[in-house]
Amino acid sequence: MGATFMLGELVGGLRRNLSMAVSVVLVTMISMYLLGLGLLAQRQVDTMKDYWYDRVQVSIFLCVEGSQYAACAGKATTTVQREQLRAQLEQMKPPIKDIFYESQADAFKRFREQFKNSPLADQATERAFADSYRVSLTEAGKYEVVVSTFQGAPGVGRVQDQKQLLDRFFAFMSVVSWGAIALSALMVLCAILLMATTIRQTAFSRRRETGIMRLVGASNGTIQLPFVMETLVSSLLGASLAMGLLWATVRYGVGGYLSKALVDTAFIGVGDVLAVAPWVVGGVTGVAVVTSWFTLRRYLRV
Amino acid sequence: MILFDSVTKTYPKATRPALAEVSLEVERGEFVFIVGTSGSGKSTMLRLAIREERATSGSVLVAGRELRALPDRKVPLLRREIGTVFQDFRLLPGKTVFQNVAFALQVIGKSRSIIRQTVPETLRVVGLDGKEKRYPHELSGGEQQRVAIARAIVNKPAILLADEPTGNLDPATSREIVRLLDRINRSGTTVVMATHDHEIVNEFRKRVIELDEGKLVRDQVGGDYGTTTSAIPVIRLDEAGEPGQAGDPGETGEVR
Repeated sequence: MGATFMLGELVGGLRRNLSMAVSVVLVTMISMYLLGLGLLAQRQVDTMKDYWYDRVQVSIFLCVEGSQYAACAGKATTTVQREQLRAQLEQMKPPIKDIFYESQADAFKRFREQFKNSPLADQATERAFADSYRVSLTEAGKYEVVVSTFQGAPGVGRVQDQKQLLDRFFAFMSVVSWGAIALSALMVLCAILLMATTIRQTAFSRRRETGIMRLVGASNGTIQLPFVMETLVSSLLGASLAMGLLWATVRYGVGGYLSKALVDTAFIGVGDVLAVAPWVVGGVTGVAVVTSWFTLRRYLRV
Repeated sequence: MILFDSVTKTYPKATRPALAEVSLEVERGEFVFIVGTSGSGKSTMLRLAIREERATSGSVLVAGRELRALPDRKVPLLRREIGTVFQDFRLLPGKTVFQNVAFALQVIGKSRSIIRQTVPETLRVVGLDGKEKRYPHELSGGEQQRVAIARAIVNKPAILLADEPTGNLDPATSREIVRLLDRINRSGTTVVMATHDHEIVNEFRKRVIELDEGKLVRDQVGGDYGTTTSAIPVIRLDEAGEPGQAGDPGETGEVR
């Protein structure tokens, strides 16, 4: 079949069935947008993991006068104990990378700075904070060595691993992204059913045409190709629109707003949208071709 | 060209076979009328010949192919050697006369230069030159059937099957259409025409194959329409769509 003839039939077919084509475009767009969001959320988690695991610290809180930590028994850490701990930490390089001492006053100041937009900043008192050693590690996974060494050591109130806090947050992000992917799976199901219905209706409304094609000896491929092409074109258009929306979301939502609101967090960029694009486009192509093939096998027999 | 060897076709859930043990042969270049009442199996014969249906038993040979053994993917090739015409023309309303005829070539991948050459030629053969740009609704019934015939023969098939091609046409137009089929037959195409039109059959005196309840009851060269359909004359007159013929003395003479 000539390419020009083919193209003419394709455009004519889409025009005759415009409302159905538009609905396929929209449903595909929404399902692919959700899928893209889910994939991007996972990339966001990965990006943040990379960013934060490099900065993950183990905090060794020391005792202060009237400390709430049970291990302190109400007594403050002595200067000797503090120096001993320091020396012990220095010996553990690596996996320890850097050691940084934060006094109670510094901790309080930092807290007030971080929560300056929150009523917590006014309610907190310096007494709620403790002196601490902040230890960064060469590998995020090595925190256990530090914890086991210093937990319960004289003068140590509590050892806290930030990674545990982060992991809880990442688990939450992961649930959100999988939720988006699950929703998108439902929407993909909608898209598949809609494509199948569209093809069935189109096949019915063109039964005269396809009947003639069969009679004059057109091959199965020739008869079915227009249906496959129409489905493919509408769904690819939907996927492109979804990619456009994702790009806009990342460019203006994440890049333009979130990254300014949360300066010290790493965010995904437009490059990540391009990275998920092949999955979205490939998925749509697969879904469209397989769906139309199955539907046509049922409704367009020779 | 077409060979039926004790062919039986039973449709699912049918009480009796649509075609029962029918054997016949149509030679290359023949012109054959198939007559019989509605439900006698005429259309089933034609549908078997283009492998629209498969025979329940027996073998159907068309253009050298055994159709029961023919795999699905080869069916299009078979159909390219057979032209088909129906009572209801089956033209595409959105396409012009030229486009309707060209469509048959486009969908089997013929090049544009072949289409530009063959379509006008064919339209000349069926007597429609000058009407290339008309749409089907602008044409008379006879002209629409000519377009359908042009579409059926544009790929120069060896066989032309016509299923009651004159069923929707008045007697004069019917005669012209059959004359056209006759002319196509003379150029070497085998023509098989299922019909109810006794006037046509009686006038053209071709080979007549008569079916009754799926059985072949007559195969006569130069035969007439016959008497079988007289069993319930009202039905035949309805089917012919020409109630006026009830008073035709020659006709009723034959019938009764």
